[in-house]
Formats: sequence, C-alpha cells, structure tokens
Amino acid sequence: MVYEEDNTEAVEMKHIISILLENEAGALSRVAGLFSARAYNIESLTVAPTDDPSLSRMTLVTTGTDDIVEQVCKQLNKLIDVVKLVNLTDDVHVERELILIKVKAVNEQRDEVKRIVDIFHGHVIDMTESTYTIEVTGDSEKIDALLKALERFVMLEVVRSGQLGMGRGDRGIV
Amino acid sequence: MELTGAEVIIECLKAEGIDYVFGYPGGAVLHIYDAFYKQEDVQHILVRHEQGATHAADGYARATGKPGVVLVTSGPGATNAVTGIATAYMDSIPMIVITGQVPKHLIGNDAFQEVDSVGITRPIVKHNFLINDVNDIADTFKKAFFVATTGRPGPVVIDIPKDITAEKVAFEYPAEIEMRSYNPTIKGHNGQIRRAVDLIKKAERPMIYTGGGVILGNGSEQLRTFTRSLGYPITQTLMGLGAFPASDPLSLGMLGMHGTYEANMGMHHCDVLIAIGARFDDRVTGALDKFCPDAKIIHIDVDPASISKNVKVDVPIVGEVAPVLDAINAQLARAGVGAVAEQTNKAALEKWWTLIQEWRAQDCLKYDRESEIIKPQFVVEELHKVTNGDAFITSDVGQHQMFAAQYYGFDKPRRWINSGGLGTMGFGLPAAMGVQLAHPDETVACITGESSIQMCIQELSTCKQYGLPLKIINLNNGYMGMVRQWQEFFYEKRYAMSYFDALPDFVALAESYGHVGIKVEKTADVRPALEEAFKQKDRLVFLDFITDREENVYPMIPTGAGLNEMILV
Repeated sequence: MVYEEDNTEAVEMKHIISILLENEAGALSRVAGLFSARAYNIESLTVAPTDDPSLSRMTLVTTGTDDIVEQVCKQLNKLIDVVKLVNLTDDVHVERELILIKVKAVNEQRDEVKRIVDIFHGHVIDMTESTYTIEVTGDSEKIDALLKALERFVMLEVVRSGQLGMGRGDRGIV
Repeated sequence: MELTGAEVIIECLKAEGIDYVFGYPGGAVLHIYDAFYKQEDVQHILVRHEQGATHAADGYARATGKPGVVLVTSGPGATNAVTGIATAYMDSIPMIVITGQVPKHLIGNDAFQEVDSVGITRPIVKHNFLINDVNDIADTFKKAFFVATTGRPGPVVIDIPKDITAEKVAFEYPAEIEMRSYNPTIKGHNGQIRRAVDLIKKAERPMIYTGGGVILGNGSEQLRTFTRSLGYPITQTLMGLGAFPASDPLSLGMLGMHGTYEANMGMHHCDVLIAIGARFDDRVTGALDKFCPDAKIIHIDVDPASISKNVKVDVPIVGEVAPVLDAINAQLARAGVGAVAEQTNKAALEKWWTLIQEWRAQDCLKYDRESEIIKPQFVVEELHKVTNGDAFITSDVGQHQMFAAQYYGFDKPRRWINSGGLGTMGFGLPAAMGVQLAHPDETVACITGESSIQMCIQELSTCKQYGLPLKIINLNNGYMGMVRQWQEFFYEKRYAMSYFDALPDFVALAESYGHVGIKVEKTADVRPALEEAFKQKDRLVFLDFITDREENVYPMIPTGAGLNEMILV
C-alpha cells in the first residue's frame, strides 16, 4: 500500500541559508562538522562578524531535496551556538557574490578583457604588463556568465567569496 | 574570599546538588583532585577505566533523572571517555564530562597527554566548552548544566586547561542563566494539540507508540492517564520500557526488530499512530516504505529535528511530553472521553482489540520451558519472579539485552537501563554501579553475556572498593550471541570470530576481585541460585549461567522487511 501523502517529486534544489551565530571559537567547526557528519552538501559558506561583534553572520549554500534541507535547517537550529536561521530561498531575497580573477592580458587582449569587465560592471583593481586583476560582484548567474565570457583567456587565478544573501524589504533575521 | 579554579569547580558541583562524581585522576586534573581531597560534600568514585566512569554517571542519570558527572584527565583520559559520551548522546542522557587539558600555553603544541578534546567530542555532545579564563568557570558550569538537562537532554563536555584550575578568583554562582541561542520549547502548540485530540477521538484502529522521551521527560504518569482513559493499545520502544506498565493488558510489549508480533502487526494496521517521545529509529520502523501504510501520524517530541526525520508525520507537536500530555488529557476529559464506553468509536475499537487478541494468541515469545539446558529467556523470567519484577536492571548489548527487554516486564520508569542507540557492549556493569550508588537500598542486577561483560570487567574492582552489592546475571553461551545469530541467518553459519576459544573461569574471576561467584549449569538450579544470590544483600554475586549455545532471539524482522513480515519461532 502506497503512502497517502502527496509524493512531491524529490527534486534537489539549491538553498541559501542565512545564519546568525555566536561569534565564538569553534562555532564555525560545529556548522561544518554537522554537514560532514550527516552527509549534507555545502556548496559555499561565508562567515564574518556583524556590527554586533558578539555575533557572526553566515551565508551557506546547500543543495538537497526539500525534506533534506528541512532537516539541515532543523539540525543547524539545534546547534547551541546558532541564534537564528532563515532559509532565504523560501522568500524573496537578494544575493551577491564577489569574484576576483587574475587573467592574462597582453596586446589586443587588454582591450578585450577591459570591455568584458565594463559590460559586467566590474573593475580592474590591479594590473601588470601582462595581467589584469578583475573584481566583479553579482548574483551567481552573473558570475558564472563572466567566467564563461573569459573562458577563452588564460585565467591565472580565480577566487570567489561564496554567496551572501539577505531577505528583501522588511524581512530580516536580527 | 578568593578560590582556586579547582575549588570553584567543586563549588559549582555543590551548587548543582551533585553528590557523586565518577572519575580517574591524571596530570591535568591534579589541582581538581586536590580540591576534592579537601572537602566532603561531593563524593568521588574512582573507577578503573574512564569508559567505566562515563557509563556509571550515565546509569546514575538514567536511574534518577539527575545529570551524571564525570571527571577525567587530558589526552587518554578524554579519549577513553569518548565511548561513554557517545552512548549518552545517542540516548539523550544528561551528563557533564569535565576533561582536564594541558596548560593554555601548551595547547596546540602536541604536548604530553594533549588531545583536542573539544574537537574529538564535538559530534557526540549536545554542546561543549573550552574554558579560557578562570573568571568563566562558574558561568560555563551553569550553562553546561542548563544545556545538559533541558530540552532534549544530552552530554556536555567542559575542557579545562590545568593552569586555570590553579588561578584564583572570587566565586559567585549565577542563580539564573539566559542563553539567547538556546530556548527549548516546553509547551505544545494549542492548535496542533486540538488537531491531535480530534484525530485521537476518531481513531478506529489506534496505536500508541512511545519511546525513551517519556522517561526522560518524566511523563510516565501522564502517559498512564492518557492510555487508560482511552483504552487504546500501547507499544513501547526498547528505550521506553517501563513508562507504561508491561503488566497492564493495554500493553502490547516492545515493537521493532525483536518486538512482539501483536505490537508490530498493530503498528502496521493502525489508522492513527500516536508517537510520543520516540524517534522512528531504523530498528523500530523496519523498511520505511512499508511503515504504517494506513496511519495518520501524530508525533510529540521535544526535539523538532526528530519530527519528520525518517517518517513524515501529519500532526507534529513540539514540546515536552508531560505538559503536552497534560494538555491533551485535559481536552479529552473536557470532551467526555473518560472511558472507552463513552467513545464514538466504540464498535470499531472493539473490533480492533479482537484482532489484536488474535495476534496476541500467537504467543510470539514462547520458548521451550521444559528444556534441561538453561534457556536464557527462562533465567530472565525467573529473575523477574525472584526480584518481584521490581529490580533496577541494566544490560549490555546483544541477545541478552533483547531477552531482558522481552521477558523481564518493566512496570516502572527508569528501572530498565541499557544502551539502545549506540549499542555499547561494556555498558551494563559500570551503569549498574551508578544505579546502585543512586539507590543504595534497591536491588540492582546487570543482565549481561560473557562477551559484553569482559569489555568493562575491571569495574568489579570498583564495586569491591565501594561495597556495591550488584547481582551479575551472566548469560554465558560461549558465543557473541547476536553476531552468531546473524551469521546463522545471513552468512550460512560461517561463525567468523563469534566464538570464544578461551573464556575465564568467571567464578574464580569474581572471587579474585573479592566477590561471590556461582556457576549454574542446569535449569533446575536456576531458581535456587538466584534466590541464594539475592539473599546476599551486601555482596556482589556473579552468577554464571551456562545457557543454550545456539538459542536465537525471536521474533525477528530481517533488515529491509516491514513490521508485518516477522520471522516467528
């Protein structure tokens, strides 16, 4: 006999979870340890103190079915260091990521790269005779598009901040 | 007046009303031991291995509901405690484990007896602390006890560098502590409780399924009122036994892998499942896709993460068992559901009970009571008789644990003490020590096997030192019984490493520790030997029962099967 519940297809989706946690030694490893112990995915994780230095704010991107992500949130909430948690994906929100790319740029490449950077509203923040270091912010899709646009150049180094997120309007977690 | 950090620790324990600390000294905790020496309020029980300390504190906590306290040194002291901490964690037992740490300036230096205790224990504690400042000791202890004993309880580790325990500080224990990041829910949501009551009233084939949460949450009285006012059948998990009396006709016994036929069939066919303080563990549910196919499920649990973790539930109620059941009982009483006769579902319920009685008539726990070779089940049944069913029973892990759970018949909460979640062999003897210290006038027996008992046998020495008159019921079949049973069923009797080629003479072993040993080899001698043992009120008696070598635990649900697919005898 089949379950009565409506078996919504178990689709894996990306979720952005915003967490306020005590700014204490070990708090980060509790979060990271939870993900490895329970075999959950972490796609990206950023953390830094907030305006209140006793609190850190973490933005964590994970993928999973709705059931799994619900468990992830419950287990995170159970950690004693976690003060508050919001799954931003449940509601309208903004997300941003910062990327730094050191790309090889010589001769005519210099103009081409500069043009791409302008199109993506980025900046060249450092340069040598043969390289540009580019800074771009945006949502993940924009960052991915930028990487695609620069594919045919030689990217010497790429560093992404991981996503930051915040609920729109009055929605907040403080 | 200023106290040393070590003295502050003692004062904190006193303020929390702690009477026993189970521990083992070592370099990093010597200041604390010196402070122990200078006072008499908190008694220190010296075990023979740190694992024993954790299990003893755990047994103490399970038998009393108060937190158990452990004190061990850094490095190997802490790592030896790990098994016991994990055991307590899996069964949600409130425990405070104080681990010594190397002095602050040596942390991270690979110093002698240094391990990252906070890192090692992180996944097996409710929370842990490393104290960096002598001024933080009192606050940290207050927080630790608060976290360990509230919400879903669990072990908390406090790691304390040695230098801090020598520094001086003015002592003040906080009366209250508030943690912005920790506020467990106590009362259930009213709307959800109303929905639950509606479902409960209309149930035609109800089943109450309860777990260790009822015992941990001291909800036994409320559960009795709830179950009896409705006249609904109830089954309890391994961890829940005793919350509702096994001798009550409403009780169908334990459910799950080695549960009764009537309990598991009742689960499978019920239309409303009322889960209380239970966590749908894999040993309980069997195959999830076959679990309770027709049931609307109500789940009461203090831990929101336990709800809809394995099985989707229809009415989740987050809260402590006792206040939630109080609220439900009050609503049922108001609605006039005071007796079965008043229920709208009377006819359906009668039909349901008729069906349950048919399952019950299978007598799934029958075994050869005439056997001349000692049957382990028989020993447990006789133990029940000799102790009037009123002893505190601890167990280790394996067949004997299941026989104890199936055949002892617990009528009161906190009397059945075993490692259900982690399944830790070696738990029984040290746990029994904690129980006996908590209840010096009660009868405490440890049902064990020749394999499990050897994992913490050294604690017989502790029992001698503190005069703990435990009764050890060793069901000795020469095999790791449960491993052998699985090898018989699933590996064509290839008994890889499950047989002991050499066993100690347990009688001589007990005697060498200064205890009484009795070997029992015939069924006819079981009762007299038990009576003789329990007459010896102030001695530890080790009863070595030579039992049927290849007896199996029945009934059994094989892995991957549903609750309605049991193997019966």
